[in-house]
Amino acid sequence: MERLVVVGNGMAGVACVEQILRHSPKFDITMFGDETHVNYNRILLSSVLAGEKSDDDIVLNGLNWYQKNNIDLRLGVRIVGVNAQAKTVTGDDGSVTSFDKLLLATGSVPLIPSIEEVKKEGVFVFRNLDDTRALLERCRPGLKAVVIGGGLLGLEAARGLQVQGCDVTVVHLMEWLMERQLDVAGGGYLAAKMNQMGITVLLGLSTTAILGNGKVEGVQFKGGGSIPADLVVIAAGIRPNVGLGHEAGLEVKRGIVVNDYMETSNPDIFAVGECVQHNGICYGLVAPLMEQGKVLAATITGNKGPKYQGSVPASKLKIMGVDVFSAGEIGDKLDGSEVIRYEDPALGIYRKLTLKGGKLAGVILVGDTADSHRYMDWLRTQQDLAPLRRQLLFPAPTEDAGIDIAQIADSETVCGCMGVTKGTIIEAIHDKGVNTLAQLKECTRASTGCGSCSGLCQSLLKAVVPEFEEEVKKTICKCIAFSEDQLRDILRSQQLKSVQEVLEIYGNGIGCEICKPALSYMLDMLWCGDHDEDRSARFINDRVHANIQKDGTFSVVPRIRGGVTSPDELRRIADVADKYQVRMVKITGSQRIDLLGVKKSDLPKVWADLGMPSGQAYTKGVRMVKTCVGTDFCRFGVQDSTSAGIELERRFENLFTPHKVKMGAVGCPRNCAEATVKDIGLIGQEGSWQVVVGGAAGKKVRKADLLVTVETTEQALEAAALFFQYYREGANYLERTYDFVERVGIERVRKETVYAPDASKQALLERLRKSKEHSVDAWLERDTPRNPTQFVQIKPLEEVFA
Amino acid sequence: MSDTNTWIRIAYCRDIPLREGRAVKVGHREIALFNLGERFLAVDNKCPHRGGPLADGIVSGTTVVCPLHAWKLSLETGKGVSGPSESSCVETFRTRVEGGIVFLQLSDHRRESEARPGPELPVLCVQNCGISSMRLYPSAADA
Repeated sequence: MERLVVVGNGMAGVACVEQILRHSPKFDITMFGDETHVNYNRILLSSVLAGEKSDDDIVLNGLNWYQKNNIDLRLGVRIVGVNAQAKTVTGDDGSVTSFDKLLLATGSVPLIPSIEEVKKEGVFVFRNLDDTRALLERCRPGLKAVVIGGGLLGLEAARGLQVQGCDVTVVHLMEWLMERQLDVAGGGYLAAKMNQMGITVLLGLSTTAILGNGKVEGVQFKGGGSIPADLVVIAAGIRPNVGLGHEAGLEVKRGIVVNDYMETSNPDIFAVGECVQHNGICYGLVAPLMEQGKVLAATITGNKGPKYQGSVPASKLKIMGVDVFSAGEIGDKLDGSEVIRYEDPALGIYRKLTLKGGKLAGVILVGDTADSHRYMDWLRTQQDLAPLRRQLLFPAPTEDAGIDIAQIADSETVCGCMGVTKGTIIEAIHDKGVNTLAQLKECTRASTGCGSCSGLCQSLLKAVVPEFEEEVKKTICKCIAFSEDQLRDILRSQQLKSVQEVLEIYGNGIGCEICKPALSYMLDMLWCGDHDEDRSARFINDRVHANIQKDGTFSVVPRIRGGVTSPDELRRIADVADKYQVRMVKITGSQRIDLLGVKKSDLPKVWADLGMPSGQAYTKGVRMVKTCVGTDFCRFGVQDSTSAGIELERRFENLFTPHKVKMGAVGCPRNCAEATVKDIGLIGQEGSWQVVVGGAAGKKVRKADLLVTVETTEQALEAAALFFQYYREGANYLERTYDFVERVGIERVRKETVYAPDASKQALLERLRKSKEHSVDAWLERDTPRNPTQFVQIKPLEEVFA
Repeated sequence: MSDTNTWIRIAYCRDIPLREGRAVKVGHREIALFNLGERFLAVDNKCPHRGGPLADGIVSGTTVVCPLHAWKLSLETGKGVSGPSESSCVETFRTRVEGGIVFLQLSDHRRESEARPGPELPVLCVQNCGISSMRLYPSAADA
């Protein structure tokens, strides 16, 4: 058996070996990796930094894969020498290994611009898993992080650091972000999105020095300006790692030069991936190296024939909520090219196609990349677009997704990263019994790169495997085909301010009892009263501010903040109960008093006689704060929970929420007012408060998660406010906090509330303040009803004796 | 007035907000009257399920959703339109609008119209009640 030595245990090396193994088991394979990890998905490092994925999640080939294929894996060994005559490689551990065939897959190394005093504590690169771990170790909420480089990697690193709570600035040398993938307009849209997320972007700035004494304190720019920094990430690009190519005496330019068969200038030495140069181009993306690997595998196994003819460069920014896709040539100055553009500043959508000779030469998509697959295919196939001229920017609408899938040819690539065609996927489903996305990934490698084709893969599975259940797109109801997330975006960007308007433009024009109240809530939350409240779109409880009972009468619960009342209030309640012959007076589970069996027409009079504000017991809104007697009377109390609870109720009362919000405040961990099973709870302890969220004691019982522990009452109230507004803005209608917290994950909730950058926190609080300012006690409608018949039963205009 | 074919002057259009209903006590019965913009429709104000007040329901197109248990009933035919309500029915009443006032006939609209479909005549737009065009029910002879 021939001995094959592979230097480089990254995505290119391993993918190429996988292809070689498909051809024949003729090699005795040894693989060297200078990292100590098995092959992982480098593209997803930004997801690890953002906390969306763990180290294990991104492993592509576990140890068992190497064992199964009899590969001698040497991790943590860097090859430092190649002797092409003796056919040996030398490791930094002193080992000498001989080979018959050598495969160099050494990838690339970070490009470090010439910056003075770059070697300081707190300066990082972002290239491999160890870099990522080091960054995670270092970053803390509130740290000032500066990312040098506004390319794909830099932006993804910036978002990751921001999610970890850092206050992030991106410094970019060029005049616009991602200048290799975007034009100036596209870059502008991207910068606006980054700014919206709270990341500062500084353009056209050359970093000259890292400031600080041994430890980073700031970065300095050409011209003298500087900004403070506790942490610096250099993501200024990569260059092919070609040292061993030189050692081996290969022809090396920018990268190791290979021909169409992936041969180097030495017949026994091959190279693949980011370290090679083909036809003058070095690729830094995953799809080309997969294509190269296939060709190389054929050549090296004696099946020489397939040619590598270069790849269409394509890249996708992987930041949640910032969709950017770019492929092909993007310059404006291609000879004889036509440019087709579409932009919508309010929605943040930018699309630009460059056509050459009636064929697609390049595409830029910002803000909406749903069509990237279609454009990628046009680029690859170079099909004549003349017949599609009117549908270049927007596809002709299809009835449903199923038709779309059927129209994809078997030879069409579904997964661009791994080069998997639709045919391969269908074959795997039919022949190998694949019926889940995980199995499909395992079997074909589809969707294991950037993951953006997972939707398409799921659609294929759904079409071919009858029992496959895909994750359904959550729409509110059948009236509107958008998720609540999308609707909130639409409402905000399109400045829609009435339920009927939304239904007419984005729905079926009719609406139902499910979407109408949901839209009413969204509009109220977004526009804080600065909109046309349409009472007809609200449930009867919200039209008359009382809770309808089975006999059509209503119940009345006045606000009794923190459950603390007075003899005077109690007398008035008793008088009202007598005067209006209330059928039952009931102490509720929320430390309040419920008057049951009130006629609709009596409601305004009852409220007037009570002289108390609405307790919102009838609506999806702020219910109450249940409190214990805290330090005032209790001999165990260590915090003044009664005052804190009353203040909490005051700050949030009269506001609407996705579902009811019940709160609690207790003065010691004995938890007499059950704060640990409330939507928001404050738990007093010696010298501090625990703020807990997402508790439940209803249909479901759930112990609340700890949001944060703080010292002062004011800090506790602020933490509660951050969560409260975050829930108001992010939860789906009728989603209780306990479902919301479970769906989002408490870690993310913490990162985006109490550990969010200061600017984001202030923005949340400001929006809450604005809502609160516009909120009113609904029971004041007793004096100024919405319309003359709001509470009355209509009497016919003429007498009827029927 | 025992003649159920008599048109009764019920309410000013403007007193019933667009896409809302109001309960009206007509003699011994309670009727739910709805403003659907281009016309007014009336049904018995009692859900066939558990007697819920239909006038308090959310209007969805030409149906109303009972506020108690979300039964959905057609305001045109009175029939239940979804799930468990399908085999149920609520009584409907004829209405017409004239001079900004809604009129109602106590006879059953549905049974009547099956027996004797009257010609539909257009009337002019009435201001301040969200009505853009109006059809008159049933025959002009009744008016």
